[in-house]
Amino acid sequence: MLGFFRNVGRDTLQTIRGIGEASIMLVQALIGKPQPVKMFPLLIRQLYVVGVQSMLIILISGLFIGMVLALQGYTILVDFGAEQALGPMVALSLLRELGPVVTALLFAGRAGSALTAEIGLMRATEQLSSLEMMAVDPLRRVVAPRFWAGFISMPLLAFMFSAVGIYGGYFVGVQWLGVDDGAFWSVMQASVDWQHDVMNGFIKSLVFAVVVTWIALYKGYTAMPTSPGISAATTQTVVYSSLAVLGLDFVLTALMFG
Amino acid sequence: MEARKIEMLVGVFVTVAIAAIVFLAMQVANNSDATRGETYTLYAKFDNIGGLKVRSPVKVGGVVVGRVTRITLDREYFEPLVEMRISTDFRGFPDTSSASILTSGLLGEQYVGLEPGFIDDDVFTLEDGDYIYTTNSAIVLENLIGQFLFSQGND
Repeated sequence: MLGFFRNVGRDTLQTIRGIGEASIMLVQALIGKPQPVKMFPLLIRQLYVVGVQSMLIILISGLFIGMVLALQGYTILVDFGAEQALGPMVALSLLRELGPVVTALLFAGRAGSALTAEIGLMRATEQLSSLEMMAVDPLRRVVAPRFWAGFISMPLLAFMFSAVGIYGGYFVGVQWLGVDDGAFWSVMQASVDWQHDVMNGFIKSLVFAVVVTWIALYKGYTAMPTSPGISAATTQTVVYSSLAVLGLDFVLTALMFG
Repeated sequence: MEARKIEMLVGVFVTVAIAAIVFLAMQVANNSDATRGETYTLYAKFDNIGGLKVRSPVKVGGVVVGRVTRITLDREYFEPLVEMRISTDFRGFPDTSSASILTSGLLGEQYVGLEPGFIDDDVFTLEDGDYIYTTNSAIVLENLIGQFLFSQGND
C-alpha cells in the first residue's frame, strides 16, 4: 500500500520535473541577444529540413483528404437535395479542424521524430558536449533554429493542406459528381469567414507547432544516449505529441467555436 | 552551391504557402463583411426571435448591410432585444422602417430583414442607438400548426 503511494508520488514529481526542465530548456534556447547574422543560415537550413521536406506528404494527404470529404459529404447531402452545401462542408471542416490537426499529426510523424532522433544522436555521439567545450551554447545553436523552423513552417503547411484539400474537394464534387460550379464557390464564400474560420485555424496550428516542436526537441535533448534510449525517445515524441495535439484541439475548439 | 539550392527550395516553400493563403483569402473566405469598418448600432424588440443568433446577417432586400451583435431580454417587458451593427455605408433609413425575422429557404438560417419605410417631411432617419419600432416576429412552426388545427376544428 505504501509502495503504491510512493510510486504515484514519484511519477507525479517526475512529470512535474520534466515539465519544468522542458520549460527551462525552451526559455534558455529562445531568450537572449538576437544574433540574426549567425542564426539566419541555420534557420534556413532547418526550414529546408523541417518544412520543405514535409511539403510533399502534406500536399498529397491534403489532396486526398479533401477528395474523400467531398465524396463522403456528397452521398449524404444528395439525400436532402443540398449538394450546394458541399463547398462549405469541405472548406469549414478543412480550415477549422482537419487542416491544423492532420498537419500537426503528419508533422509529428515526419519532422518531429526526425528532430528527436537527430538531437538524441548528437547527444549520444557527444556532439553537444563538444559544442559546449568550444563555448558554443548548444541550446541556442542547435535547439533554437529547429524550434523556430517548426514554429514557422507548421502554419504554412496547414494553409497549404487546406488549400489543396479544398481544391481536391472541388475536383471530386464539381468535376466528377456534377455539383454546380458557381454554387460550390459562392456558397462556400458566403459561409466561410476570414477571421472566424481561417484565422482561428491559423491560431490552432500555431499552438500545435509550439507543442509538437517543443516535445520533439525536449525528448531528443534528454534522450538516453544509447540505441534503445533514442528509439524510445522517438516513439515517445510521436505518441506524446499526437495525444497533446488531439487533446488541445478539443480545448481550442471548445473555446473558439463552442 | 548546396546552400544556394536550399535557399531556393525554402523560397519555393514560402511562395507556395503564400499562394495558398491568397487562395484561401480570395476564393474561399469572405472578408468583405459589412461589419468591418465603421458601423452604427440599431435596436429592435421582437415578440419572438425564433432561431436568430449573434452574427446572423441583417439584410435589406437580400443585400447584407450588417450583423446581429447581441441578443438580450428586455428587463421591463421581458421581450427579446436585438442589437444590430449596420455599416455606415448604409446610412439614413427612415424611422418608419420595419424589421422582421425571416428564414432563407426552407431549412436555412434566420436573418433580420429590414424593410425601408416611406420618407416624409416629419420622418427622421435612424441614427446610432435608435430603436426600430415596427417589428414582425419569427414564425414558429408549432404555433402555425396549432392555428391551422384550430381553424380546421371550427368548420
